[in-house]
Amino acid sequence: MKVGIPKEIYPHECRVAATPDTVEKMVKLGLEVIVEAGAGDASTFADAAYIEAGARIVDSNAVFAEADIVLKVRQPMARAGGAHEADLLKAGSILISFIWPAQNKPLVDRLAARKINVFAMDAVPRITRAQKLDALSAMANIAGYRAVVEAAHHFGRFFSGQVTAAGRVKPAQVLVLGAGVAGLAAIAAAKGLGAVVKAFDTRPVVREQVESLGAQFIEFKFDEAGEGAGGYAKQMSDAYLAAEQALIAKHAAASDIIISTALIPGKPAPVLITPGAVTAMAQGSVIVDMAAEQGGNCPLTERDKVVEKSGVTLVGLTDLPSRMARQSSELYATTVLNLLKEMYTAEKGLVIDLKDEVQRGAVILKDGELLWPAPAPAAPPKPAPGPAPKAAAGNHGAAAAPAKKSGSANIVAALAAILLGAAAIFGPPEFIQHLTVFLLACVVGWHVIWNVTPALHTPLMSVTNAISGIIVIGGMLALYSSGPGALILGGIAVLIAAINVAGGFLVTQRMLKMFRK
Amino acid sequence: MIATIRALAYLIASILFILSLRGLSNQETAQRGNRMGVIGMLIAVVITALALLVPVDFAAIPTPEWSLVGVLGGALAVGCLIGAVLAARVAMTSMPELVAMLHSFVGAAAVIVGVATYLQPADAYEAGRSAHLVEIYVGVLVGAVTFSGSIIAFGKLRGMIGSRPLLLPGRHIINLIVLTACVTLAYVFVHAEVPWPDAGAGLFDAGMPALLIMTGLALLLGIHMVMAIGGGDMPVVVSLLNSYSGWAAAAAGFMLSNDLLIVTGALVGSSGAILSYIMCKAMNRSIWNVMLGGFGAEAGAKPAPGAAPAGKVTETNVNEVADWLLAARHVVIVPGYGMAVAQAQHAVKDISSLLIEKGVTCRYAIHPVAGRLPGHMNVLLAEANVSYDIVKEMDEINPEMPETEVVMVIGANDIVNPSAETDTSSPIYGMPVLQVWKAGKVVMLKRGMSAGYAGVDNPLVYNDNTAMLFGDARSSVQKLLAALRERSA
Repeated sequence: MKVGIPKEIYPHECRVAATPDTVEKMVKLGLEVIVEAGAGDASTFADAAYIEAGARIVDSNAVFAEADIVLKVRQPMARAGGAHEADLLKAGSILISFIWPAQNKPLVDRLAARKINVFAMDAVPRITRAQKLDALSAMANIAGYRAVVEAAHHFGRFFSGQVTAAGRVKPAQVLVLGAGVAGLAAIAAAKGLGAVVKAFDTRPVVREQVESLGAQFIEFKFDEAGEGAGGYAKQMSDAYLAAEQALIAKHAAASDIIISTALIPGKPAPVLITPGAVTAMAQGSVIVDMAAEQGGNCPLTERDKVVEKSGVTLVGLTDLPSRMARQSSELYATTVLNLLKEMYTAEKGLVIDLKDEVQRGAVILKDGELLWPAPAPAAPPKPAPGPAPKAAAGNHGAAAAPAKKSGSANIVAALAAILLGAAAIFGPPEFIQHLTVFLLACVVGWHVIWNVTPALHTPLMSVTNAISGIIVIGGMLALYSSGPGALILGGIAVLIAAINVAGGFLVTQRMLKMFRK
Repeated sequence: MIATIRALAYLIASILFILSLRGLSNQETAQRGNRMGVIGMLIAVVITALALLVPVDFAAIPTPEWSLVGVLGGALAVGCLIGAVLAARVAMTSMPELVAMLHSFVGAAAVIVGVATYLQPADAYEAGRSAHLVEIYVGVLVGAVTFSGSIIAFGKLRGMIGSRPLLLPGRHIINLIVLTACVTLAYVFVHAEVPWPDAGAGLFDAGMPALLIMTGLALLLGIHMVMAIGGGDMPVVVSLLNSYSGWAAAAAGFMLSNDLLIVTGALVGSSGAILSYIMCKAMNRSIWNVMLGGFGAEAGAKPAPGAAPAGKVTETNVNEVADWLLAARHVVIVPGYGMAVAQAQHAVKDISSLLIEKGVTCRYAIHPVAGRLPGHMNVLLAEANVSYDIVKEMDEINPEMPETEVVMVIGANDIVNPSAETDTSSPIYGMPVLQVWKAGKVVMLKRGMSAGYAGVDNPLVYNDNTAMLFGDARSSVQKLLAALRERSA
């Protein structure tokens, strides 16, 4: 089986989908690897290094024509004055690359027509097991770091505060919008350079992560939670956005640098920095708008350009990872290899298993059939419950928990009804009276126990045990009825029930005394 | 007059019992709850005794039959004394056995009360004779199952009977046959020729043989049912038997027409049932699966041939562990049955106190079914004076595992087994477990490489970030404590 590594043709794209290191691993897996001549040049991997790793160097047409599996960074696109890469792919072959199917519908149709099996690195599900193939996070991490470096480049001052003989230098104030992977990386990088960092995010759950990096979290209170499926942010209402913009404008005025990373999957980027907020910033400030590719978080940003508006430098670069091509190629190539390894093993060869959660998430086309989007991923894991929701849960626990069991509760109710009916017809009145008392007590017991903390299960059990020693009363009654047999039997019953009562209560007392705060 | 007082007293006692259970649901109110239970019981016993001793109409000066008073007082006194001694002597680690044994007493008392009631003259019950006979029958049945089942549970917990489930061929059929026989005997019992022994009737009159045979069958049924359940499921069984003992008391209440017995029995019965349900949910299994499954046998019998994930085990020593613990910011201790067996809770407590003193956030993570009794670990830690504020439940601590640098697993195995989440073929698949593998470092204190109670291999021990500290839990923990003290002195 041949794996092809073409050279990226997108302007200024310096990354490559395989490094000599990953090529060597693929060869070890039993794959044959062909690399387009000069594919790694821009990321400082020479053809000679690929040959040494076991690859064969071919020209740009052969790499598509021969390969059964093509690994790319950017989605297939038309060559300058030539064929479209999608049409060059061998029919029925496998393509692994970034695809962005929501934005590139025509491309997906084009690939479907050629019966290509397409796996998108941008569609890998965000689950624990798939972390090592999360190319988006790997790239976002680099982009976040690079954004700070770009900002520093355009910012005419120190990041860290210093007291020098020539005067006091104030530390730079950095505001990071959006605390995803890129935002967190930016926070860490800016903090590392010595800046004072504040971060804003609509999702309250990221507060802890922001604070763990030493930044201050800007809290935003509004009646909508910002976390959507799969740990991404979701779109909000207009009123919400207006309130958000106002808050950001306030903090922007006090900031020297803004790194904005706010994206909503499959939607234009939200406008967070209004033109008014930009004007309010000090001369010489820098805004790095990492959302430029999706329209930008600031309307003044121009894609792929660095512009100056009212004294503020706006950086709209979209190739931040590519600007650290060697590093980002290494990381991207590893995630691609890991996805490949999910499907390909030396023993079994290539097996596409759509029951596998990772492959099912990443697959866009299988034999030309559109399988994207995959069924929605599960809700993000809940953070440790704070004291407030916990208290609420405690109050409602009694009502909520039995409701969950309503299925069996119905059965129990039906059985009780049948029993009561039968008793009403056949039983003496006294029996029915007892039955009523019995059922009521069952219900009371059922409700009383639901709130018990697990820590108290043992004491609870020993106290109920003691209480069930109430059968001592039965023994006493039996003892007092006439007959010699009854006297002996009743005596024994009273004796053992009394052991139970005394033992149960005392041992519970002993246990409870040990529990202390 | 006395009847009214008695009824009122019973009402008060019932309410006190309800408040007692209610109080037990919270640490702050638990002791008060227990005291309410005691008061309720005192009221019930004293009033019942008075009602029996004092004539109904106060017409004559009471002339109690001294022999009866003697038997009653003697039995109560001796029973309380034995109970008090047992309660004072029992070690916290043998709490499960004690509870199981006490359950058997309730069962036995229910059987005896049933038989004794059958020996009574029938005048009072002439109206609903059949119903009354059925009540006696059911009471004896439930009592007998509780009695023998608890004895077996006691034996298993004590280690006198092997913990492995006994799975007779066709065991469900056997149970079914026994139950059918019981129902048939019930018919014979109710329709016996002279069902109600009059003044001259002897012990083996009419229905008595049927009652006694059924008692024997029910005893066998109880034995068989608990024998078929594996040691790992004992927390569920103990709480189920707790429930049975309540139903037995309630049945006795029906036969004696005593509302207090009915109410109290029903309270205990339903609370035990819920406790069993909570336990089962903690293991992600249904109650039927526990009762009928013979769980742990299939897994134990064939230790996964071929599939055993043989791997490299990293061994460590106390000095290394001490360094890790002192360097960490967050430490979680996961105690299991092994800690209970080795009685290591006090030394473990000293370790956690020392770490807290050194500024390490040290907490305990308790799995709902750790140990052999619901809440067993909590009791042991409480005995060692561990503040319950730092003792966390599984759902509280799991989200914090990734931020934890070191997890110390002391004598636990199945409750930290990652196959429960990943390996669909594992017998414990689907059981919620403590996700210790997400922490930076896992130290497992274990006697050897043997599998846990469920007999399932634990891939956790082969993880790169897992280090094994072999040896008896108590001596390991004590050595570790010494090493920690040396470093922080």
